[in-house]
Amino acid sequence: MNIHKHEFDAVIIGSGGAGLYTALEASRGTSRTAVISKVFPIRSHTGAAQGGIGAALGNLEEDKPEWHAFDTVKGGDYLVDQQAAVILAQDAVQAVYDLENRGLPFNRTPDGRIDQRMFGGHTRNFGEAPVRRACYAADRTGHMILQTLYQQCIKNEVSFYDEFHLLDVLLDGHKCIGVVALELATGDIHVFHTKAALIATGGFGRMFKTTSNAYANTGDGLAVLARRGVPMEDMEFFQFHPTGIHGMGILITEGVRGEGGILKNGKGERFMEHYAPTLLDLAPRDMVAQAIMSEIHAGRGAIGDPDGDDFVYLDASHLGREVLEKKLPDICDFCRTYLSLDPVEKPIPVHPTAHYGMGGIPTDIEGRVLANGKGDIIEGLYAAGECACVSVHGANRLGTNSLVDLVVFGRRAGQHVNEFVQQASFGTLPSDASDFSADMINRVLANSGSQDTESIRNEMKRIMMKNVGIYRRGDQMDQTTARLKQLREAVLQIGVGDKNKAYNSGLLELLELQNLMDLSLITAASASLRKESRGAHAREDYTERDDTNFLNHTFCQLKDDKLSFDTKPVDLSVWEPKPRTY
Amino acid sequence: MNIIFSVLRYDPESGKEPAFQDFQVDVKPSDRLLDVLVYIKRNLDNTLSFRRSCAHGVCGSDAMTINGVERLACKTLVQDVTQADGDKVTIEPLKSLPLQRDLMVDYTRFFDVYRLVKPFLIPIEQPDEKENIQSPEDRKQFDDPTKCILCASCYASCPVVAETNPEFIGPAAVVQASRFVFDSRDQGLEPRKEVLDDKNGVWACDGHFNCTKVCPRGIKVTKNINFIKRKLKKDKE
Repeated sequence: MNIHKHEFDAVIIGSGGAGLYTALEASRGTSRTAVISKVFPIRSHTGAAQGGIGAALGNLEEDKPEWHAFDTVKGGDYLVDQQAAVILAQDAVQAVYDLENRGLPFNRTPDGRIDQRMFGGHTRNFGEAPVRRACYAADRTGHMILQTLYQQCIKNEVSFYDEFHLLDVLLDGHKCIGVVALELATGDIHVFHTKAALIATGGFGRMFKTTSNAYANTGDGLAVLARRGVPMEDMEFFQFHPTGIHGMGILITEGVRGEGGILKNGKGERFMEHYAPTLLDLAPRDMVAQAIMSEIHAGRGAIGDPDGDDFVYLDASHLGREVLEKKLPDICDFCRTYLSLDPVEKPIPVHPTAHYGMGGIPTDIEGRVLANGKGDIIEGLYAAGECACVSVHGANRLGTNSLVDLVVFGRRAGQHVNEFVQQASFGTLPSDASDFSADMINRVLANSGSQDTESIRNEMKRIMMKNVGIYRRGDQMDQTTARLKQLREAVLQIGVGDKNKAYNSGLLELLELQNLMDLSLITAASASLRKESRGAHAREDYTERDDTNFLNHTFCQLKDDKLSFDTKPVDLSVWEPKPRTY
Repeated sequence: MNIIFSVLRYDPESGKEPAFQDFQVDVKPSDRLLDVLVYIKRNLDNTLSFRRSCAHGVCGSDAMTINGVERLACKTLVQDVTQADGDKVTIEPLKSLPLQRDLMVDYTRFFDVYRLVKPFLIPIEQPDEKENIQSPEDRKQFDDPTKCILCASCYASCPVVAETNPEFIGPAAVVQASRFVFDSRDQGLEPRKEVLDDKNGVWACDGHFNCTKVCPRGIKVTKNINFIKRKLKKDKE
């Protein structure tokens, strides 16, 4: 294969909401910036986000950033770094106005202001009652954000390298020198010599059997950095969104419940009354997902079979056709297309689906990547969006907080990158910069082809879903960790049936599987270590939250096939941890 | 059900012409065609190449020609294209865009003409602070074109692009332009007149309606093109 070299001041890897916003900031002035992405930017998974972007505009009722920050901290079961939450909530307001000024087509109130709706875990006055904080564009807010940001990148003439897959990051001690990527169209390797690299590669839900995530969400940024010794933070906290279409994992937005939709068990009962008396169906996602699983395990699912493929119902039929068609049109479309069901007439069969990684690449509030739990920075290396862990979501993310995270921390990181590259110098590019990547690819191409890839992939997804899913147990997690180690070894022996240079999707899928395997192992191992239940990490063998021993962030390093762990204190500077009830 | 999927194959490195390859697969009526393609790739023939991402019709990656009609593979269920055991389903890449490999086509021209219409907000004025005020009625005026996911189904279905005038910027570019032309916050038609009011702009459209029929987002594509035609005519008077 050919090796190409490029020089840029800043390179952004990933073209979703965070990547594009960073690009807009980083490319101001004379800074030479490039965005590389493994899909065309407008195919990025930000486009699938539905419900809304949370900001305390107070357009319909009184609201304050302080309340939003508190809800975020409590929503994260007190594992959130509180200054990060304060920044998120404060900057959210101007971020939403900026998006609107750039053209985002929000739904409007009768007096022409940005319309807002209720959403899980968002309250007024520190938990008093639900508050209308989610700014939305029908039920395709993410689509609108992605399109608007891409339009702005076109306007600002940002350079794109489309369909380039991240292979490696080049580090010299704690300094970033560049990144290496595979050009899918040719099979060539590209070395980007850069002062700053920002990882915005999104999520990694494809570790699990049932997920709302796109095929592309294979955690490439995390895996590439982990391979170079960067620890991953809080990987045990993976959110299962309560309402995915049963059997498919396709997301049905929390916005349905925000508009008044109700969850019912097989007996037609509004079971959330027993789990969250104040917020009911608008309780935070981890609590709702766990409640659904509890109902199913107790035999109260729609089918009544605790061990079977059971589900519950999301009933929106009482909302009326007008509300559904006007405010939730895409949901109606999904139900009609995939279930031949009209939500105006019938309740929707739903089951939790693997949705969002709260953990990821550890960063500070400027988006700079941390080398360890002590807080040492890797100069010139940044991360933002779902792939990063600031930590602003802690043990559980509130709905609408991801879109805010993308724009607030994407913007902050972009601004920091812009300032950084003015005074930073390039690192020295080693002569063997592309060797690691070239070797990895050549090895895969040379291995004799095997059909085992699919069965290994399926087993990984199945055991992760079952044993590192919503409810976990120590012995099952340990078995899973051991099995994943074996599967991981097996993956390294697999070859690819496709030997082409151009558009070798077989090669790409295998590289992605290697990434998912590493992240699955880190996730299972981190989960096993945390002997408490907190937020999305719910254990049958340790059912209570243990602030004495576990009020800290997990750092897990997977280097040269060895797992090692560290912790980092949580920033508790504003609110004292309290029991989490709704 | 047991169905024969006849898929167009093309390997640029083989020196061979594109040709159909049949795959016989056991499927459920509710399976997405994308699920079938993934199954074929991961179990029968790893070289089969196609674009896909979200798998539920919002990203636009997997637009292709299925039984002669432009559709998203992830939004087309087996039961939508076949009823009986032993039936054949034909899957080909989109027309009018150069073939790259198997079901993958080169979107360069499609994105080039999209950029021509200045597909970004050109504001009339910026508010001092907070949001532009826009009434729900004004918001409704351009709601339809905001749904566009740039999948190119309409572009590929257009007989003008395919035969009579390949220089036509195509339906998607006009839809993207209309999203801004009818947005009360935007300067509208003026900055985009040159590219729209042209023989290769809106006037190339002959009203075949293929675009409207195939749009997976249900956008009234031809209607949007006609809105612009009408506005151009009106402005001249």
